[in-house]
Amino acid sequence: MGEPGTKEPLSLEELEAATNMRTGRKHVLSILVENKSGVLTRIAGLFARRGFNIATLTVGPTEDTEISRVTLTVDGALHPIDQVTKQLHKLVNVLKIRDLEPGDTVARELALFKVTADGAQRGELMQIAEIFRGKVVDVTKRAIIIEVTGTTDKIEAFETMVRPFGLIEMMRTGEIAISRGRSET
Amino acid sequence: MRAVDALMECLKAEGVDVVFGLPGGANLPTYDALVNGGIRHILVRHEAGGGHAAEGYAKATGKVGVAFATSGPGATNLITPITDAMMDSVPCVFVTGQVRTELLGTDGFQEADTIGITMPIVKHSIMIQSPQELPRAIHEAFHIARTGRPGPVLVDIPMDLSRAEIDYEPVSDVRLPGYQPRVEGNQKQIRQAAKALAAAQRPVIYAGGGVVNAEGSEELIEFARSDRFPVTCTLMGLGAYPAPDAQWLGMLGMHGTRAANYAMDEADLICAVGARFDDRITGKLSEFAPRAKFIHIDVDPAEISKNVPAHIPIVGDAKHVLAKLVVEYRAIGADPGRLEAWWSRIEGWKAKYPLSYEDSADSEIKPQFLIQALAEATGGEAILTSDVGQHQMWAAQHYDFPAPRRWINSGGLGTMGFGLPAAMGAAVGCPDRLVCCIAGDGSVQMNAQELATCAQNGIPIKVFIMNNGYLGMVRQWQELFWDGKYSQVDMGEFPDFVKLAEAYGVTGLRFADKTTLVEDIKRAIAIDGPVLVDVRVTREENTYPMIPAGHAAREMVG
Repeated sequence: MGEPGTKEPLSLEELEAATNMRTGRKHVLSILVENKSGVLTRIAGLFARRGFNIATLTVGPTEDTEISRVTLTVDGALHPIDQVTKQLHKLVNVLKIRDLEPGDTVARELALFKVTADGAQRGELMQIAEIFRGKVVDVTKRAIIIEVTGTTDKIEAFETMVRPFGLIEMMRTGEIAISRGRSET
Repeated sequence: MRAVDALMECLKAEGVDVVFGLPGGANLPTYDALVNGGIRHILVRHEAGGGHAAEGYAKATGKVGVAFATSGPGATNLITPITDAMMDSVPCVFVTGQVRTELLGTDGFQEADTIGITMPIVKHSIMIQSPQELPRAIHEAFHIARTGRPGPVLVDIPMDLSRAEIDYEPVSDVRLPGYQPRVEGNQKQIRQAAKALAAAQRPVIYAGGGVVNAEGSEELIEFARSDRFPVTCTLMGLGAYPAPDAQWLGMLGMHGTRAANYAMDEADLICAVGARFDDRITGKLSEFAPRAKFIHIDVDPAEISKNVPAHIPIVGDAKHVLAKLVVEYRAIGADPGRLEAWWSRIEGWKAKYPLSYEDSADSEIKPQFLIQALAEATGGEAILTSDVGQHQMWAAQHYDFPAPRRWINSGGLGTMGFGLPAAMGAAVGCPDRLVCCIAGDGSVQMNAQELATCAQNGIPIKVFIMNNGYLGMVRQWQELFWDGKYSQVDMGEFPDFVKLAEAYGVTGLRFADKTTLVEDIKRAIAIDGPVLVDVRVTREENTYPMIPAGHAAREMVG
């Protein structure tokens, strides 16, 4: 910006307010934090007291031992994402936040399904697992454990398929996500 | 040296000249280091008093206020001041003792999870995990407390670590990659704001405590006078623009003037500076300033568009941004004549709805009269602190503050018991200034123990209790909104404040005659040392005008 006082007029009617509206979609926030005690509590506490609901949350180390990554998903239909990220930025231990664009992101979740499987059912389940590129990681007389990796949609589709067989337990990690291309997430 | 000796060195390096606090088991090492530490310490009677004193000191001087407390109950007694400092963006550093590291998590004697308890109410907090970390942590705490949007930072030090030996080297730099406040403001946005202001037919400047915090009062005045912009301030912003003044509308909000609230209601452009659109300002959000576009200048990006969507957001502090905005605005050369119609409308409101009250026919002191008498007796030059309630609102309305840092009160949290210890802190920070506290008979009892601190240290605050024998604001709401059914608001005749003052070693006086009140107040102010005055006022008087909670500005009553 150069010299002050350019004189082209401005009409107040044309000014538009910042959209603080709900986006209506799921947001994946990738947050780099200092690897210090209590940081996760600060993030979780912030969400709780501002009334924001965390859909999924994963925490893990990064290539730098002093930095951890928190990946969390928030429903943009329920919360103003802009306000969520601004509040997160106020935490001193939060280094960087990226609201990952769905089209530019590879996101994966790991899930373990323990399903009732005796005799005839076992074969059918294994076929379904194969279609979903799942792996059978344990088989006992009356149950089978299948590991599935993929997007949330895929895991939910798999769940729909195996539920009728008798879903004993399901464990999901929550999504982790990384941006595509050469640049850092 | 020990970590606590390094603590003293760090405090001195940060320019700390006084600390308010109370010793206990877990901070014994800190108090041992204090003996030869070269820092003045004021021994308070309750940690809450120490915390509020640190706030009063910070608000009066603009420097960081510091308070010490021990672990457990010492730390939990600081909760209210810490929250207060968070809500009103007061730069404070709280240093608490903690049990020995081997006892952490065992429910040891006087153990409390201070970091956990305070997490939602601090700007930042640091638990010391190795004694060597302490110096850097202290400097980080001060840096975070005073920069960006100021706020409270807590440092918790386990006792064994505080007395451990360290190799102390002065810390000259603070590196906080996750904390980079922006103060300058985006030039393009500032230019856009200038153009919007030039196009506005009915502009209003709405300034808050952020202007005071940024030391941006001069810039605000220059900006307002770069045209004939009408100015209103929030409760926290009073004094940032001098009152009275031709462009001054008075305070806005629930107990603001009609001129200020009606101007906001009819404005086509509102320039918010260091203000956060609190519910006491907006009333019913959906009907707040329905015709206006908003420029929002704030150093905290999270405040922008939080409650009211901004049309021109500017992240930066009031001082930097307003200085640039003036340059941009002047260069446009807008026609001041366009504001004539707007001003005649505002002048109409000012003339029709001045702040007024019905004075007593006899010698009874109306509470509003007390504030006006106080303003007259002090020439408007005192630093005035207040508690929370009717007296606070009357003081905000009727004591015209000519400069920033003269009005010290608890706005966001609304903490009863704030005024007396805050006055104590302000008086310690500004020994050459007259410091008065206007208190309620309910509020003052919440931290009256600090009268002993004032007496012991010769801190010459002048406390004026607006005594109506009620929790007055609650009584007013019960009268207006709860069918006049009074529930637990009558405080009776207790205590005898004159005797209470005397018991504490403070001069106690009682005034009840309006005809001699100004002279009586002058007499009280002239007395050396701390003075507590019981001023008997009308028992049932309401604070007006008022926007009932959740209503629109147009619906002001009284």
